Amino acid sequence: MATQQTRTLGKLAVSPSVFALLMWMIVPLSMTIYFSFLRYNLLDPNPICSLLTPGALLDAENRCLAGFTNYSYFLTDPAFFKAMGNSLKLVGWVLAISVAGGTLLALLLDQAFYGRGFVRIMMIAPFLVMPTVSALVWKNMMMNPVSGFLAYLFKLVGLQPIDWFAHFPMTAVVIMVSWQWVPFATLILLTSLQSLDEEQKEAAEMDGTPPLSYFWYIVLPHLIRPMTVVILIQTIFLLNVFAEIYVTGTGGRAGNLPFLVYQYGLIANDIGGASAGGIIAVILANIVAFFLMRMIGKNLDA
Amino acid sequence: MARNVSIRRKLVVTALAWAIGLLIFFPILWTIITSFKTEGDAIALPPKFLFFDWTLENYGIVQERSDYLKFAMNSVMLALGSTFFALVIAIPSAWAMAFAPGKRTKDLLMWMLSTKMMPPVGALIPIYLIFRDFGLLDTRGGIITVLMLLNLPIIIWMLYTYFKEIPGEILEASRMDGASLGKELLYVLTPMAIPGIASTLLLNIILAWNEAFWTLALTTKDAAPLTQFIASYSSPEGLFWAKLSAASTMAIAPILVLGWFAQKQLVRGLTFGAVK
Amino acid sequence: MKPVLTGVFGAFMFAALASTAIAETKLTIATVNNGDMIRMQGLTDDFTKANPDISLEWVTLEENVLREKVTTDIAAKGGQFDVLTIGTYEVPIWGKKGWLVPLTEVDDPADLLPAIAGGLTVDGKLMAAPFYGESSMVMYRKDLMEKAGLTMPDAPTWEFIGQAARAMTDKPAEVYGVCLRGKAGWGENMAFLTAASNSFGARWFDENWKPQFDQPEWKATLDFYLSLMADAGPPGASSNGFNENLALFNSGKCGMWIDATVAASFVTGKESTVADKVGFALAPDNGLGKRGNWLWAWSLAIPAGTQKNDAAQKFVSWATSKHYTELVAEKEGWANVPPGTRTSLYANPEYAKVPFAKMTLDSINSADPTKPTVKPVPYVGVQFVAIPEFAGIATTVGQIFSSALAGEKTADEALAEAQTAATREMTRAGYIK
Repeated sequence: MATQQTRTLGKLAVSPSVFALLMWMIVPLSMTIYFSFLRYNLLDPNPICSLLTPGALLDAENRCLAGFTNYSYFLTDPAFFKAMGNSLKLVGWVLAISVAGGTLLALLLDQAFYGRGFVRIMMIAPFLVMPTVSALVWKNMMMNPVSGFLAYLFKLVGLQPIDWFAHFPMTAVVIMVSWQWVPFATLILLTSLQSLDEEQKEAAEMDGTPPLSYFWYIVLPHLIRPMTVVILIQTIFLLNVFAEIYVTGTGGRAGNLPFLVYQYGLIANDIGGASAGGIIAVILANIVAFFLMRMIGKNLDA
Repeated sequence: MARNVSIRRKLVVTALAWAIGLLIFFPILWTIITSFKTEGDAIALPPKFLFFDWTLENYGIVQERSDYLKFAMNSVMLALGSTFFALVIAIPSAWAMAFAPGKRTKDLLMWMLSTKMMPPVGALIPIYLIFRDFGLLDTRGGIITVLMLLNLPIIIWMLYTYFKEIPGEILEASRMDGASLGKELLYVLTPMAIPGIASTLLLNIILAWNEAFWTLALTTKDAAPLTQFIASYSSPEGLFWAKLSAASTMAIAPILVLGWFAQKQLVRGLTFGAVK
Repeated sequence: MKPVLTGVFGAFMFAALASTAIAETKLTIATVNNGDMIRMQGLTDDFTKANPDISLEWVTLEENVLREKVTTDIAAKGGQFDVLTIGTYEVPIWGKKGWLVPLTEVDDPADLLPAIAGGLTVDGKLMAAPFYGESSMVMYRKDLMEKAGLTMPDAPTWEFIGQAARAMTDKPAEVYGVCLRGKAGWGENMAFLTAASNSFGARWFDENWKPQFDQPEWKATLDFYLSLMADAGPPGASSNGFNENLALFNSGKCGMWIDATVAASFVTGKESTVADKVGFALAPDNGLGKRGNWLWAWSLAIPAGTQKNDAAQKFVSWATSKHYTELVAEKEGWANVPPGTRTSLYANPEYAKVPFAKMTLDSINSADPTKPTVKPVPYVGVQFVAIPEFAGIATTVGQIFSSALAGEKTADEALAEAQTAATREMTRAGYIK
């Protein structure tokens, strides 16, 4: 359908974005890769290299080239596997909850009822809140085991309030992140639902199709493409969840890979190690994306 | 969309929808209510819903301490600026990928998404150093550029998805009617794409408004948006829930209001009246 | 027409020249969002009236965010700030690197409390001026102690604290004998545990920089802490920091609270339900010669390479001067004066009326950052080790100890893990050959 003219025009049209993103990607990425091969501590930028790695090469600013030691140090950190596992757990759970929850909510919002505008904004609102604000609100006013609202509800029914961050840190983080992302999935799926052919709906009703079959054979296939988009976009964001873990102080037990990189970079000021960690995180994310595309990528074609 | 739904069914759905809606909205509602309490009331159990001394003192304290308007204006400028520039280069790209796809379009899309895979903190120092050397630290232009680049992949993806939903037959029909490429774009494509563009635009404003890592790292005072405003209320010594609630309400209110007015755009995709 | 124009032009030029003559220097000040700093922001009219050519711009952030921003900026030479608020941890490290400008205009430097000033001096030069100083002490409920039939001595031992805590605990009534920090962080639970470990005779590193978590003293510390919290501590302690414990104490749920001396003004203030029932005592010890209290001062410093040295020096000296103290006392009362910096403050009879003043001073004076431990050590710092690597190592160890408190590992497992982690990082940093 695309003529030669449109194809060239197409390439031209795409090029500004490609150029911009290329710059954005290449410049910091190459610097990060470079730093990952240096011994670079922010508080000690020019360590006396001869003491640390005898015979080490120096770069232009007198920093030691460290070979792969940053990488091996990051990978042999006992916290590394835990962080990687947490990263994947977080993504997996939130995806499951937001796709399932998003579908159900979208179906609900697609119905006719009174006060749709109000309910819609209420359901979308969590996504509009800043992640830091959301984390602070959940941590202090909802989940605090002494004065939080959830604690109150538990005490009301005579149960011991749960100390979320001490005993169920991962669960708490999953709850907080899902709360924010279910609306996003709902929005995308609702948009798609509303474009479902009106004629098909009426035909199904007239035929007396049971609602479950209607859902399974007509609605669901229509939703596969937006679900794919939701999964892809959310995975990218969820792999880098940071604010919730940082604010709630669950980095020790529910910390994911970005949090570990943060610990290296901004707490220990080990820029070399943090850069290596960042590169490792990128590689892992690419692997995840590769498998994801393999599994659901075909759904993106018209 | 007129369907004859029984009143009874409508009421049942209404009850269910409102219950779920309130449940989801509750933490935000609770924050807004708490912002009108004194600090002592804020941590009191059992929690007070309506019958307490409503006070505006928290808002007063927050306003005295921090220049809310400056932060809010910065947030607005950053959100609108980055969205505008992103759309300018994203719309042509998404159009090209949706209607003139090459062999590598899918790969290109995945590559664009992959630029978001680096945990931001890993690239902090390189970006910081670049910004320092170019004098971009604490400038609105610098942050607008960063926000634009951060969200560009998402925008292109969303637009691509919406554009792909536009049936090719419409464009073919218009071409057969003798319309040139330019006319095709302007009179046929754009009206159908407006809902998709609108909701992408709104989504990006939200994402830019809420971005908390780069806005904190690269701004100090001149370009500091509301994310930094919140960071000064997050955990000082002493009781702070009520003040935090007031600051939070002030920080999220503009976006909530925007969401309320724009919700139709946010949920409306494309209507397929045109195909018939 | 012409004379009018010339006149207007002349006036314009004059105004332009005049305004460049009184060119405004804008100081960007980075501070923490604690009560005393916020109070200072409200009182800056006093400074700007006396210095009309200087305007102040504040960047107020939460402690951790502030530290990260300031560290990144000063290390990468971003030049974003003119005056910094930093702690006694950063000052020795940054001072040695030459990142700070020695202060020249501080009001009566000899008046500064020696323990605090010592921590802020590098090579004989004062690198930062203390804004407020703190140590830690025991805050206890006089009524609950009476009910348990005990009297708190001015200088209790850990054994007594353990006994008193268990006696005051009444879990069904939600009264917990002692509330202590458990939240993971080098400035959170590790501040408390490191300070406490000093009084148990433990140390972070020996003279060869080998971590000491495998030694009996640290085991004694951790065992004591964990069993005390299990018997007499509140639920969820492993995520409790200063604010959480403050809320617990103020709502009457703690029999004792060992934490920063600045908490004293909060627990006796209007937001406390037990304000009139609070007593104070020195941090406990084990009779080994060191008590379990810490030493910290939030101080104002000027980054090297700043263009605005004169204005910055003026500001720093104003904010840490005796005059400022009097200003606060006049406007908000003596109890709200920034504590812990000057001998003259504690010699002042007005200030002596504040119930916690004496105990605060005694606590500060009993901490010596240059000799924090019973056994010799190669470092300075009471509840921290003034080396750059400490923040990272102590964060990891803090996470390990916090999860032990949450019941996820035993004390021995935690100590072994801490030892491995610390040794690993110290080897990488080159301290251990």
